[in-house]
Parts: sequence; C-alpha cells; structure tokens
Amino acid sequence: MAIEGDITTMGQMIGAGLACTGMGGAAIGVGHVAGNYLSGALRNPSAAASQTAMLFIGIAFAEAFGIFSFLVALLLMFAL
Amino acid sequence: MATEESGLQIHPMDQFTVKPLFGDGPLMWYTPSNATLWMFFAVLSAVAFLVLGTRHRSVVPGRAQMAAEMAYLFVRNMVENVAGRDALRFFPYIMTVFIFIAMANILGLIPTSFTTTSHIAVTAVLALTVFISVTVIGFVKHGLGFLGLFWISSAPLPLRPVLAVIELMSYFVRPVSHSIRLAGNMMAGHAMIKVFAAFAGVLGLGAFVPIVAISAVYALELLVACIQAYVFTILTCVYLRDALHPSH
Repeated sequence: MAIEGDITTMGQMIGAGLACTGMGGAAIGVGHVAGNYLSGALRNPSAAASQTAMLFIGIAFAEAFGIFSFLVALLLMFAL
Repeated sequence: MATEESGLQIHPMDQFTVKPLFGDGPLMWYTPSNATLWMFFAVLSAVAFLVLGTRHRSVVPGRAQMAAEMAYLFVRNMVENVAGRDALRFFPYIMTVFIFIAMANILGLIPTSFTTTSHIAVTAVLALTVFISVTVIGFVKHGLGFLGLFWISSAPLPLRPVLAVIELMSYFVRPVSHSIRLAGNMMAGHAMIKVFAAFAGVLGLGAFVPIVAISAVYALELLVACIQAYVFTILTCVYLRDALHPSH
C-alpha cells in the first residue's frame, strides 16, 4: 500500500487498524474456551478425549467474531 | 511500511497474486494460472495419498496404508459422532472436502508455492456449497418443519420472535464465517512468515533470530493447516446435524 494519499486513505487505514482490535476479543474468547477445557480435562481426564470435538467447535464459534473484524479491516483496505 | 531509505522491503501480500502460468496475458476464467496448478497438485496428492496408499491392501498395513486408513477413520468417526449415524450417507462428500483442504493447506506451506485456500474465492465456493446443500437437505427431509430450527420451542413464548431473528441472522452468516475463517488463517500465517523473512533479509548476522522464529512459526502453521481443515470439516458436520435434526 502506498504511504502518500489523501485523508480518505488515512481514514481507511486508521479504521482498518481499529477494526483489528476486535480480534483481541476473539483471542480472549478462544483462550477462555481452551482454558476451561483444560481445567475440565484435568478434573476428569477420562472424559477429556470425548470432548475434543466440542473444544474445536467452541473455538471455531468464538473465533468467528474475530473473523468479522478481520473482514471489516479487509473491506476497508481493499474494497472501498 | 516499505520505506525507501531503510532498505526494508516487505511485500507480504505478493505471494497471493494469481498469475497466468504462461505469458502475461489477461486473466480470464479459462486461463491456467498458478491457482489452477496448485489446486491440481492438491487433487493429485489426495489421489496419491488415498489411492496409492491403499493399492497393496494387506492385513498388516504398511505406513502408507496406515496413514490413509487413519484419515478415513478419523473423518468417519467425526461424521458419526457429530452429525449422527444417518449423516454417513454424506460421508463421501465430507471426506472429499477434508482431504482437499488439508492437501491444499499443506502444499501451500512449500516455499514459493501458492496457497489456493488463502483466497476467499476458493473457500467461499466450498462454504457456499455446504451452505446451499445443507439448506436443501433440511427442506427436503423435513419440509417446512426445517424452519423449526429458528423457532426455539424450549424458550419462553415472548422471547421466541427475538430469538428467531437472531437465529436467522446467525444462519445466514454461517457461510461468511465458514469461508473467511479458513482463508484468513491461511493468509495471516503466510503473511507473517513473509514479514519475518523480510526481517532476516536486512539483519545480516543477526538474521538467525528471525530464522529461528520462522522455523517455529512454520511448525505452528503446519499445525494450523491441519486444524483448519479439521475445523472446516467439523463445522460442516455441525451444519449437517442441524439440517438432519432441526429440533433443538
């Protein structure tokens, strides 16, 4: 991306950067899911293996909202 | 980012450019491009992995047969556990999707190769196919009863219209998140490796720090390539379960 540009480009860049802060929320969510899975798995290790599918489904759904902010950033950078 | 005086030239997005394979002609829908080539390689390696792996079938399996059987059983158990026994009719398609995405992701990690799954155009087609076929399956199997997926009968009555709107929105957002999850993960990982590689180019002797970092990130990317194929497949199974058993 070019550095020089008008104020619209500046707004797009700043907006894209701001949109990326939403990914931090997704990171907290994914960490929450994985941490709770680990603490549950340590309490009852025999049930842990059967719940790995649920772990990944939970991570995928928590991650979805980070993806939306990433999408907004991409739209600001390339689509507008 | 790319300042002229420092010599630090980072072009992390150049690797995702779709180019024609032969010459510099315009890119039409029939032009063989690097995307076509690497998608062909993905299909080729899937065939090599599954067909050649099970060519000499024996009671005591060799390594290739073992790997092919493990992949088969892995996906089969996932379909059965997540989507239910009656979803096994759709197992061939889910297996195809899993192997194709896994192969495309892993082939994309070869240096100077092209990651087909880093393009939203590719993953959107995969996700839309799943979305449309799952919706059609739901309506064919349950008729209008499929709409019960949005009318949650266990919730209190005044809440149900609100929940129906939310459920409807989340239903139509599915193909978006389904496709961008895969493309975004692939794109971000590869761009990150490229940024570290640019650091290594300007650091001289200190380059071993980014090179060690690249190796670690590369190992992580290998894991992510497999996990994203798994996540894409397991979400397909979840959507299929919703279509086959729409009651909450």
